[in-house]
Amino acid sequence: MNPGRKIIEVNNLVKHYEAIHAVSGLSFFVHEGEIFGLLGPNGAGKTTTLEIIETLREKTSGEILVDGLSVDKDQNAIKQIIGVQLQAAGYYPSLTLLELLRLFGGLYNVSVDPLQMLRQVGLEDRSKAKYKELSGGQKQRFSICTTLINQPKIVFLDEPTTGLDPQARRNLWELIRQIRDKGTTVVITTHYMDEAENLCDRVAIVEKGKIIALDTPDKLIDQLVAQGFERKREVKKANLEDVFLSLTGKEWRDE
Amino acid sequence: MSKPYSQVKAMFAIARASFRSITRSPSAVVFTLAFPLVFILVFGFIGGGGISVQVAVKKESDRNNPIYQALLHVPVVSLDTMLTPEEMQSDLEKGRIDATLSITDKGMGAMPRYSVHVETTSASSEMGAVLKSVLNNIFYTVNSQHITMPTYAELKQTEVSVREYKRIDFILPGQLGFSLLSSGVFGTAFVFMSLRQTLVIKRFFATPIRRPFIVLGEALSRLVFALIGSSIILLLGHFAFGFTLIHGFITVVNMLLLSALGLIVFMGFGFVVSGIAKNESAIPPIANIITLPQFLLSGTFFPISVFPSWLQPICKVLPLTYLNDAMRKVAFEGANLLSVGHQIGIVALWGVIVYIAAIKVFKWE
Repeated sequence: MNPGRKIIEVNNLVKHYEAIHAVSGLSFFVHEGEIFGLLGPNGAGKTTTLEIIETLREKTSGEILVDGLSVDKDQNAIKQIIGVQLQAAGYYPSLTLLELLRLFGGLYNVSVDPLQMLRQVGLEDRSKAKYKELSGGQKQRFSICTTLINQPKIVFLDEPTTGLDPQARRNLWELIRQIRDKGTTVVITTHYMDEAENLCDRVAIVEKGKIIALDTPDKLIDQLVAQGFERKREVKKANLEDVFLSLTGKEWRDE
Repeated sequence: MSKPYSQVKAMFAIARASFRSITRSPSAVVFTLAFPLVFILVFGFIGGGGISVQVAVKKESDRNNPIYQALLHVPVVSLDTMLTPEEMQSDLEKGRIDATLSITDKGMGAMPRYSVHVETTSASSEMGAVLKSVLNNIFYTVNSQHITMPTYAELKQTEVSVREYKRIDFILPGQLGFSLLSSGVFGTAFVFMSLRQTLVIKRFFATPIRRPFIVLGEALSRLVFALIGSSIILLLGHFAFGFTLIHGFITVVNMLLLSALGLIVFMGFGFVVSGIAKNESAIPPIANIITLPQFLLSGTFFPISVFPSWLQPICKVLPLTYLNDAMRKVAFEGANLLSVGHQIGIVALWGVIVYIAAIKVFKWE
């Protein structure tokens, strides 16, 4: 794919929590229109990095530009052009999906057609359900739905598929690709490598607050193979997930 | 951006959503409406325990006579000799005393020798009847001791017609104040704790709304909800139990303004509680430290004058005492907001103190 212009630029980002160095000198950039993955084990600093870019957290030092806007000076302007999905829920549990979408319409000062929004994520038949009544996969799709309300240039998804079953994960990947195909840049964190390999155009691997590798999934794999890496066991043509999906069907269902 | 971003519009979106959320929360409805109404029912119907007739003795009254001496020994009658005629008149009308008493000595040989004049009110006719039967009892004894003078004493009675001060006129403002206190403290504390814990507030931070407007939106919804609750309590009290709203609509408006002031101050306590409580289960103990003393000592159920004198200074510090007092004066005595300015001032002072504390301890995450 043709790399677009740099829509996010992170330069030497540092974040200390008292004695803990959560992020120690991260630098990377995200192209417009790509799905960019931040990979790494729990506690590597993925979420902290994401929340600093989202202007939810103060940084200790470093420079960040989001669509040319500085996180130090233009926080509100940045908030208007991004969509944010948090790792855990963030909605009034007893409100219906329609009511919540109207709320977020108001928060972004945009008039939305809530049903049309829900149709995009396949939840229009749940419009009158309360948020707390949704299944795990439905909650994640609704959460992504709210990030699209202001027609953002960039959406940030923090571990959107954690805890979902294989069908729901695949369904969510499809949704995320659709968002990218409409021209929206997607930044996603995950600790599932199959997810990154399937979904991301480029990935950065974060370890102890530092980036230790950054490239397309293909090139990273090629590099490893070129170093003479071999899997201990010959890979079969299918894996257990393929077995599971062929037995239970690929159709995503409402739990 | 075609139009500049409007924080107010975003605030109203939060207020609307939050209001819906409150109406769907059973505890909010129970605290704001059900509890106060149940208390009004129970206390309105059962009435107080022991009877006590408050009687003011007029200055000109003769006290060196067998009737007065006998009255001093009747436990249900409590005599007050300190009131001026003006105080007597106003206390009689407000229901603080049940009757006035004046005994005239017509001198030796007069028939009857003593004339007893009792003034009761239409509001206290029950108590008036008790006093009358006590007096008749005394007369019977006194008269029978003076066989030669069959009518040694006689009773003259007049009844002044005043507005009836009913039990509900005392109970309802207290319950209204209590409702505002619990809704303000518990409601606010729980809502902000849960907004933090469910990350609703964090999700708001990711949108362009500024933090103070989030709090304003939430506060606005609680204010609207509490004022609807107050209106229901006032109107139900008025139409079902005969609660006195002396100037009708104007009184309702004044009561709602007082309710709003009270709620805003009590919400400040709620912000403090949500700031110092570590988690949801820590809220009730801390909130109870604030609400229980006021519930008991602020004249919610009994006038604070029934408490021992060492407790009085505490009663006279609590904000709810002054809110209750102002509400009773406005509803029954027809006072306007200016004439309860003293009470409003003390409640507002509490507001200033509490919000300074709230700003210090409030936590966003």
